[in-house]
Amino acid sequence: MSSLQAMMDWLNDPLNWTNPDGILVRLREHLVISVLAVLFGALVAWPVGVWLGRRGSASGLIVVISNVTLAVPVTAMLTILPLTFIGFGKPAVVVALAIFAIPPLLANAYTGVHEIDPEVRESARGMGLSEWQALTRVELPLAVPYLATGLRIAVVQVIATAALASFVNGGGLGQIIAAGFGALPPEKGYGQVLAGAVLITALALLIDALMALAQRKLTPANLRNAARK
Amino acid sequence: MSSLAYGATGNPWFSWSYVHDNLSTIRAALVDHIVITVWSVAIAAAIAVPLAVLAYWVRSLATPILTSAGVLYTIPSLALLAFLAPFLGTGRITVVVALVMYALLIIVRNTLTGLMQVPGDVREAATAMGYSRLARLTRVELPLALPGILVGLRLATVSTVALVTVGAIVGSHGALGGLILSGFRNNFYKAQIATAALLCVALALILDLILLGVSRALTPWTRRRAS
Repeated sequence: MSSLQAMMDWLNDPLNWTNPDGILVRLREHLVISVLAVLFGALVAWPVGVWLGRRGSASGLIVVISNVTLAVPVTAMLTILPLTFIGFGKPAVVVALAIFAIPPLLANAYTGVHEIDPEVRESARGMGLSEWQALTRVELPLAVPYLATGLRIAVVQVIATAALASFVNGGGLGQIIAAGFGALPPEKGYGQVLAGAVLITALALLIDALMALAQRKLTPANLRNAARK
Repeated sequence: MSSLAYGATGNPWFSWSYVHDNLSTIRAALVDHIVITVWSVAIAAAIAVPLAVLAYWVRSLATPILTSAGVLYTIPSLALLAFLAPFLGTGRITVVVALVMYALLIIVRNTLTGLMQVPGDVREAATAMGYSRLARLTRVELPLALPGILVGLRLATVSTVALVTVGAIVGSHGALGGLILSGFRNNFYKAQIATAALLCVALALILDLILLGVSRALTPWTRRRAS
């Protein structure tokens, strides 16, 4: 009970929100890191996924990529990348998170384009659309439900994983938990630890709900049942 | 700072002398990692498979079970550990409980998918042969759902091996993650970080291959059908 009380006390202290390393600053860092990571992930994964999907069968390769990234600990990536040429700071964290955002983005872009009926593609070409026009006006719109699913999974996953940036002092809401665990004796920091956990969980669940809503709005009504996951 | 102190060759990514000098520490961390992983996945399976059967028998419970497991899965790993630590302490139990919660969804979902894929006529034939509901489950439906269950176990094992490392931030129980974190904190000791990271990936792949072998041995019919 006393830990919960300590959590309420910590959250009720306005300074914990507005300090230079307070909740608002950490929240902003968390969102900036996450948005950049998903952006970079999508910049790499979507073109490759669409290209692979148009070329034909590459599902084996995609399964291998997602299995390998599942086996690599995020914590290892977060500690190794700052020691390479990327250097310390935000870029290393963003790249580490982007790497883990790639598999869902890639797999869904691939499936979305791969699943398009070849006859649709043929009739687009038959109607006189160039290769580029067929891609941008027919194939990509048809792949939107899948692209949106991949984006949603990637965003939710990156928001959750960004908390681990605190492993390397990389900013974000995870810092609140890390700072709480650093207290001596440990019991003294439990209020802050719980407060950090509540904030991160609330953010993750909120973003998940928002992305579900956005996915519904983004997907044309007649395609709504096409993508499932 | 550190680059000045060590120079380009002073802090290599891999060093046999590091492995040699710290063999007992590395071995202890590896054993710890295996123990935490096996306990977590075993406990998760012991909870998840009955839950999936419950969802299969009582269809109206399927959605609440999958949704609550899904919410647990959405809680970020660090936050989950932070929720548990004040109540369970900073020992191994906290890490295992958190990992069980994560593995739960993966195993429930795959087991349920496996059970749902049992063909309706197979189920009817079993009933017509006089099997009770429990006998039908243990002798017909679960064996047929085994490939799905094992896929769930494999996915859960691989992701658990990676997630154990997060436990390092709670206290001393991140096993190989503890080596990664302390390597980073002690002047960015690359050899220690890289060795522990490599062992993590290797452990995940080896456990995955073992489970793949078990799954091949237990379900010979899937291989025949595939070829």
